[in-house]
Amino acid sequence: MKILVPVKRAIDYSVKIRVKADGTGVDLNNVKMSMNPFDEIAVEEAVRLKEKGKATEIVVVSIGPAKAQDIIRTAMAVGADRGILVQTDVPTDIGGVEPLAVAKILKAIVEAEKPDLIIMGKQSIDDDSNQTGQMLAALLGWAQGTFASKVELDGGHVKVTREVDGGLETVSLKTPAIVTTDLRLNEPRYAALPNIMKAKSKPLETKTPEDYGVSIAPRLTVVKVAEPPKRKGGGKVASVDELIDKLKNEAKVL
Amino acid sequence: MAILVLAEHDNKDLKPATLNAVGAAMKIGGDVHVMVIGANCSGVAAAAAKIAGVSKVLKADDASLAHGLAENAAPVIMGVAAHYSHIIGPATTTWKNILPRVAALLDVQQISDIIGVQDADTFDRPVYAGNAIATVKSSDKIKIITARGTAFDAVAAEGGSAAVEEASVKGDSGLSSFVSAEVSKSDRPELTAAKIVVSGGRALGSAEGFKIIEALADKLGAAIGASRAAVDAGYVPNDYQVGQTGKNVAPQLYIAIGISGAIQHLAGMKDSKVIVAINKDAEAPIFGIADYGLVGDLFQIVPELTSKL
Repeated sequence: MKILVPVKRAIDYSVKIRVKADGTGVDLNNVKMSMNPFDEIAVEEAVRLKEKGKATEIVVVSIGPAKAQDIIRTAMAVGADRGILVQTDVPTDIGGVEPLAVAKILKAIVEAEKPDLIIMGKQSIDDDSNQTGQMLAALLGWAQGTFASKVELDGGHVKVTREVDGGLETVSLKTPAIVTTDLRLNEPRYAALPNIMKAKSKPLETKTPEDYGVSIAPRLTVVKVAEPPKRKGGGKVASVDELIDKLKNEAKVL
Repeated sequence: MAILVLAEHDNKDLKPATLNAVGAAMKIGGDVHVMVIGANCSGVAAAAAKIAGVSKVLKADDASLAHGLAENAAPVIMGVAAHYSHIIGPATTTWKNILPRVAALLDVQQISDIIGVQDADTFDRPVYAGNAIATVKSSDKIKIITARGTAFDAVAAEGGSAAVEEASVKGDSGLSSFVSAEVSKSDRPELTAAKIVVSGGRALGSAEGFKIIEALADKLGAAIGASRAAVDAGYVPNDYQVGQTGKNVAPQLYIAIGISGAIQHLAGMKDSKVIVAINKDAEAPIFGIADYGLVGDLFQIVPELTSKL
């Protein structure tokens, strides 16, 4: 079984973001960038399936700048076999390459690579759209198991336990299928140094969106990007009695 | 052209999130229709017909639609999409799952999680865990949108008298099937609709430790939430999680107990009207956004608070 794992280079989750003063976006200059956390979980899940002998090959794809090679190498260092970088200098956070365009490029790659399973993050922590997996499933006419907290392969099907608003739901999908990962699917490992060295010699192909005949022109124009209204916090009370008094008589919420 | 709002329901009851999504549609303006997709969902359709301001209800009722499988539901929406300028779903896991599928089939770039309407084409949406708000203008012919419930006032559940029409169903895609569900049962109010939310974090230490949260919540008639850390540690189920990747809440009163206030958690609750933080670490970021902070041992403070209320 061949697994395709799309990964995205995004702002590191620990970075405090700065909105650009001119309101055109978020300042990504000299900011730590990493693999989107949900995609790390996707890579880990694919690697575990390979370690269990269920998968034979893991192909990682990223769409982004030349630097996105780094996260492809990271995925290789934990066990991916091969990488494809679809290189573009158009921003991939907001106002640039959108989920629909990403899904179209991935569709073309899927048609060439013919994976049996696609595992990808449910959303990226920059634009927070939570769309690409579902869109790719639609374009391919495949089943989708979104927000997965458990994935079990079962013959021609994959059983996915999903984190939904009411609790958990399990669905069975006919393969080939798409799974999008939620936080509790697994805990991704760190790459060991010798594997980081070995990853450097694994094959990485570079392409462009044009190679796949996909237009990445955005459908959404970013009119402006602003900071959210600031909350005035920092008030303190000294005791439970004072807290109850304030909630009753000042805030009037009790 | 009219606006189609997709109903959130469990085939028995219409969920309040639907009323917020209708509220978002009203902000855009125009004729608002509601679509109920389910199985044996006539009661839900009847409830939807009573929503104030709704002029038509479309009901797609088929066994294949019982569990909200995206592969079966998307074609049903495709069947009516051409009649609408906007298709809006509540930003629940149901519609986060289904709507991008519809958008891709229509060759539309969906606008997720809107929190504001500037005009019929232009919407505000949070990005970067709510640390920035992007205003985006869509050039697509049909706008596919999910609307965040906390950002739009619910319309009245009563007062309308819309006609219910049957929408055509497409049957089972054969791609996916429902296996089982583990639904958390609770007599407490729903997290996203509660007036008061009591949330616990990792400092509770165990599922046992969370009992003091439950006691306080029951005293206040509140819903219970949790930080990601508490969910990851297994103290409470996943559906309690408040934050960037969990639920967004904006109650009248949010009480954060033993929660340090990671960006990802703040993203899900900072629009609450009044925020109370109880934490032993006076430097915890949660105090930076709390209206009333109380520094101390939560295992003393919380039971005292519960007994004095």
